[in-house]
Amino acid sequence: MFHRFANPARFSRIAARVLPWSTAATIILFVVGLYFALFASPADYQQGDTVRIMYVHVPSAWIAMGCYTFIALMSAIALIWKHPLADIAARAAAPLGAGFTLIVLITGSLWGKPTWGTWWVWDARLTSVLVLFFLYLGHIALTNAFDNPQRGARAAAVLALVGFVNIPIIKFSVDWWNTLHQPASVTRLDAPAIDPAMLTPLLLMALAFLLYFITMLLVRMRSDLNAARARALRLSAAE
Amino acid sequence: MIGLGLLIRRELGLALRGGTDAVMAVVFFVLAAVLFPFGVGTDPAMLPRIGGGIIWVVALLAAMLSLERMFASDHEDGSLDLLYLSPVGLGTLALAKAVAHWLTTGVLLLIAAPILALLYNVPANAFGALVASMLLGTPILSLVGGIGAALTLGARRGGVLLALLILPLYIPVLIFGAGAIDGAIAGRPIAPQLMVLGGFLLAALALAPWATAAALRQAIE
Repeated sequence: MFHRFANPARFSRIAARVLPWSTAATIILFVVGLYFALFASPADYQQGDTVRIMYVHVPSAWIAMGCYTFIALMSAIALIWKHPLADIAARAAAPLGAGFTLIVLITGSLWGKPTWGTWWVWDARLTSVLVLFFLYLGHIALTNAFDNPQRGARAAAVLALVGFVNIPIIKFSVDWWNTLHQPASVTRLDAPAIDPAMLTPLLLMALAFLLYFITMLLVRMRSDLNAARARALRLSAAE
Repeated sequence: MIGLGLLIRRELGLALRGGTDAVMAVVFFVLAAVLFPFGVGTDPAMLPRIGGGIIWVVALLAAMLSLERMFASDHEDGSLDLLYLSPVGLGTLALAKAVAHWLTTGVLLLIAAPILALLYNVPANAFGALVASMLLGTPILSLVGGIGAALTLGARRGGVLLALLILPLYIPVLIFGAGAIDGAIAGRPIAPQLMVLGGFLLAALALAPWATAAALRQAIE
């Protein structure tokens, strides 16, 4: 099942068939999810309408973290089985993950200003997301740093795995650092049983974000494959 | 084991004969740390408080300066290919390079750090924590830095890229290294921080040469 997708031509065909459906589903879910998030859900009794930022913030955070796991998994597959599509998938996913991480940071800031009264605190959670953002940037920069794209992909794969081992270490040390240095001045939005009226838009938006991620991943992978083909054709035409 | 010793001796010989890299790293370390009081002021109550953290941050940057050349010269003149073909193995080579890097950079930083602490008026009871945390922490910088040096081998703009890759991975060392000094100044026990640093060192010792070898293999093939 795994090796069936090792053929780029077959992958392109499948992706072409899936893309219209996933695009349509993404649009529908975004429309429904945004309706629920902006109109059909109550404002928080303390945060007011600011709580609606969470319907963008939380799904982005899930995707941002899931995406790094995905890249690490693809990197392992690329290094172990030299699966040609895994390299391309990791390369295509990294800028998406970086984008979602940036959204998390920006929306978190926008939410923090009215709620906490500050754009940024050196809270453990915030700091580790910022580090995740830098790991994404490093991954993207390393992928593009070589004249030979193959070498860039392999180096980035090793980096992704090293980063994956390090993420828990960074997370825990940042947690510790926070508790060592600061009194708990700021606690995050605690999650006691969240109200169904708020859970519905959250889950709808999460699904919409996930489908958007998959759609964009397929688009990027396909364009990457087509670019490689165009390059090969140009080279053979020049000979 | 014999291979490891020979490789370390080769690296040290090369460093002693030609390289001013190591000396430059220490000069940078001292100079950069001296810049801070010009920027933040010389308030004698504040300097001891921020001194430990500044020394650690500057140590990270100084250790990174000489990383770029760790494998580059061997890669350029082809000795890396020969070492790859030799029976020593890339993991041993990675470990030898990290040990040599620590001996030529980390040890010098370790010697210079207490002098900087004097300039920052760090209280005497924190000197033990400073030296102990640097002793445990700087080898991690060399080991983890080796991964970055191997990954950026042959890359365009390798130096800046190396900083982007490695600095996020250095954060835990910085947190616990500076934390030990802060704890000592405040009179708290510093054993937990040192134990965590020791744990990081053991983990890096076990895993980093292996990851460096994997990165080198991608660079050579």
